[in-house]
Amino acid sequence: MSEIVVNARDVTKVYKMGEFDVHALRGVSLDIARSEVVSIMGPSGSGKSTLMNVLGCLDRPTDGEYLLDGEKVENLSDDQLSSIRNRKVGFVFQSFNLLPRQTALTNVVLPLRYAGVNNQEAHERAMAALEKVGLGDRIKHRPNELSGGQQQRVAIARSLVNDPAVILADEPTGALDSKSGQEIMELLLKMNEEQGTTLIFVTHDPRIAAMTQRTIHLKDGLVEEDGL
Amino acid sequence: MKIFQIILEALDSLIANKMRSGLTMLGIVIGVAAVIAMMAIGAGVQNSITGQIEGIGTNLIFVSSGNQQQDVRNPKPLTLADADALADPLAAPSILAVAPSVGTNQEVSAGRESSRISVTGVTPAYANVANETIAEGEFISQEWLQGRSAVAVIGPDTAERLFGYSVGTIGETIRIAGTPYRVVGVLEAKGGSGFGSQDDRVLIPLTTAQSRLIQRNVRDSVDSIQVQAVNSESVAAATEEISQILRTRHHTEVGIDDFTLFSQDSILNIAQSITGILTVFLGGIAGISLLVGGIGIMNIMLVSVTERTREIGLRKAVGARKRDILVQFLTESMLLSLLGGLVGILLAVALAYGIGAIAAASGTPIDPSITLSAVLLATLFSMSVGLLFGIYPANRAANLQPVEALRYE
Ligand SMILES: Nc1ncnc2c1ncn2[C@@H]1O[C@H](COP(=O)(O)OP(=O)(O)OP(=O)(O)O)[C@@H](O)[C@H]1O
Ligand SMILES: [Mg+2]
Repeated sequence: MSEIVVNARDVTKVYKMGEFDVHALRGVSLDIARSEVVSIMGPSGSGKSTLMNVLGCLDRPTDGEYLLDGEKVENLSDDQLSSIRNRKVGFVFQSFNLLPRQTALTNVVLPLRYAGVNNQEAHERAMAALEKVGLGDRIKHRPNELSGGQQQRVAIARSLVNDPAVILADEPTGALDSKSGQEIMELLLKMNEEQGTTLIFVTHDPRIAAMTQRTIHLKDGLVEEDGL
Repeated sequence: MKIFQIILEALDSLIANKMRSGLTMLGIVIGVAAVIAMMAIGAGVQNSITGQIEGIGTNLIFVSSGNQQQDVRNPKPLTLADADALADPLAAPSILAVAPSVGTNQEVSAGRESSRISVTGVTPAYANVANETIAEGEFISQEWLQGRSAVAVIGPDTAERLFGYSVGTIGETIRIAGTPYRVVGVLEAKGGSGFGSQDDRVLIPLTTAQSRLIQRNVRDSVDSIQVQAVNSESVAAATEEISQILRTRHHTEVGIDDFTLFSQDSILNIAQSITGILTVFLGGIAGISLLVGGIGIMNIMLVSVTERTREIGLRKAVGARKRDILVQFLTESMLLSLLGGLVGILLAVALAYGIGAIAAASGTPIDPSITLSAVLLATLFSMSVGLLFGIYPANRAANLQPVEALRYE
């Protein structure tokens, strides 16, 4: 079997809401191999976003073990988590989350700056990433000068630029019409094919889920079905 | 990230909110300008007062009768004979010159012009001791002193006031308390103000004043004696010699002098400490406005952090550490205050010279002096204001949790 990138054991996440505890994840175990494409589905509130946050090291699990690309992350400091995200994770958000005043190029350069890559190399790599997503002629455009689909492409370029172990996309097509949504999915899958980047995404659309080899169904914070 | 990039990015985000950044900076601009201008004016006042005190003469000791600290039985007045004794170079080797004088305000008139002016009876030595120079004519001479002549040397402002012009008044007649005096000299203008104008005065021979104008109970008595020491090092020795001589001549009890000595240095010190306090006081008040400006920065930075919560979350998601976010926001607040400080320095220059001009126009010239140290101090101070008041908002930004920040609407 190929190398395991995501290795989660009995991961739980509990939110304290005053008197009540909200059990968003009740013990999720997952193994995802390098270069795999996995879609996550489930009803609203089933814990999909919570799981993505844990997998992306944006949030710590309340309990359980999690190894990302061989590194244990449960007990790391905030800054160490930042460093792991910087090196190993690329994010694609439903709402793009681009810096509004910066050009496409500057947005894509951002992760490299925090990685300490020198200016010239950072720009070259960002250019290359933008070309890969088909925006080589839009590098000086600001987000408000780009269509939604184009903005999401910039975000994908940004998620790719650091050569991450895994790309996490929480409803990447949620804010797009079906045509550009389709294009974005095709782009992500192409990146997986060309570069072998592990791809995990959340979707509500069964047709999109059908494009992947493996679909994980979540319900009430538990894995209901893992299409392994 | 490179410093240069950090600064560029911070500038960029300040420019994105020009109006807001400008208004926030204004607080610092005003604060810094106020601090520097106040300190410049304080220094100007100090210089001008020091200059005036030094204009009275150099290495002077003022001797007056009586004792302000203790009661003295039968204090003896100072007399011309006392002055002569002090002038003896054998008994008092540290003393260069001695100038006794008497003075009152008198009605002085010329033609139809009349005015109350300070009239002082002096000896020829007075010119050197009091640093008076003659612009026209001559000073009171030994002959006039011995002859109790009715002659007068007048200040330039006095000439202007009585005759309407200050040149060519030699030989004219003025009346002091009704008695006619011939003008024999006009003093050089000293400028300055404060302590009664030094340019609006009438000098007459001491003997003339004693016999005709100012009647005192004791014959030959004088109001004060100005003593000039040989040099600045001998001021203390001269003071001691004066005390010794006057104690012997007045037969004073041990430890109880019936005269008072006041050195020019001590007056200078008092004046400097008063103006020093004034400067600190003015600067302190102005400093409060700088503080208020700093609070303005904190306020705006807090707003900015809140507005950019999602941006902070995104930056953290792609790898920004706490330090990166902290530095980003601190750079913004420090740039705000530094730029404000620089503009404030320019404004301060304008302000200080504006006030200087107004002061000059109203007859009390102050020459505001903006020192390099004041400028450096203000720059440093404004940067620390930015740092100090930027820390809290920046810290808040740095400690945001990425998940919550990204979710923020
Ligand atoms: N910060 C939080 N504080 C408290 N409860 C939370 C928080 N985040 C999520 N939850 C709760 O955890 C559960 C899972 O939420 P999550 O956002 O993971 O759902 P989801 O599967 O992504 O839903 P959707 O499809 O609507 O996006 C929900 O019941 C939610 O209310
Ligand atoms: Mg969700």
